Amino acid sequence: MITQFLAASQPVPAGPVVQWGWLTITVANLVVILLMIVVFMLALVLPFPSSREDEDR
Amino acid sequence: MSRAPASVRPTSAEPAPRRGSDTWTAALTRWVEGLVPKGQWLPDRQPAYVASWIYVFGVACLASLVVIIVSGLVLTLGGVTWWHSNSLGHFVNSVHLWSVELFFATMVIHLWGKFFMASWRGNRGLTWATGALAFFGSLGTAFTGYLIQTNFDSQWISTQAKDGLNAAGIGAYFNVMNLGQMVLWHVSLLPLVVGGIVVVHLVLVRRRGVAPPIGAEDPALSTADEPARPTTPGTPATAPVPAVPVRQGPES
Repeated sequence: MITQFLAASQPVPAGPVVQWGWLTITVANLVVILLMIVVFMLALVLPFPSSREDEDR
Repeated sequence: MSRAPASVRPTSAEPAPRRGSDTWTAALTRWVEGLVPKGQWLPDRQPAYVASWIYVFGVACLASLVVIIVSGLVLTLGGVTWWHSNSLGHFVNSVHLWSVELFFATMVIHLWGKFFMASWRGNRGLTWATGALAFFGSLGTAFTGYLIQTNFDSQWISTQAKDGLNAAGIGAYFNVMNLGQMVLWHVSLLPLVVGGIVVVHLVLVRRRGVAPPIGAEDPALSTADEPARPTTPGTPATAPVPAVPVRQGPES
């Protein structure tokens, strides 16, 4: 348990960041935002599955 | 014996409404029943335009919220430091964290979809406003969650945030360095506020119906002065939009 407490108390590095002028953002946050945009675009263009019963109507 | 006209024939064997009763319970019953058009609490049919992935993210956000609440309730059993020393606590804490990540991702995509759809059309301004309030309330709840991690991350966040809150003059009332206060805000006050706003938001969505894409006719506007009545089994469509059964799920 002491080992786990020690491990939890170690500082975790923030990770790499990218900078464009005034904008500074971590790579992790940038990846998440880009993935959300991709999911949003896919939601607009991918067809929604429908059952055979629906198509017959 | 003459038959009653079809328009006034009772459609079910339900008891007659107690319109004459003046008790507060009867009034409350009528108020709750009138919140949403009959059959719209959990409708099994929606207008055809709802058969789109963009309509999935509202209910995905709601599903994430359910996981957040359940995992949060489990976390209260072990306390805020449970996840440091117990593998089950660590697992539940991770479920809580990742459901929050999913909650915000789906909420923001839901927000994008509704923004570009101008979903405040058709008397849905309050639905839009309560959604925005739920978003900001969720930000505060997530913020207090990060403050009670009991690690260096939470120390860093709280010591940075206190300066801004002190500058705003509210540091004495909302002290981010006070772990006990932040725990109670996170597990009691803010979830109640967010939960209440979400309930109002859902009632309004069910009351007005889901917002149609720009260019599609809105069933809510085709019946003047009445709440939206998306197509339900046994009810004729109120708009030229073809009504098709849609699988349970995408509703907002």
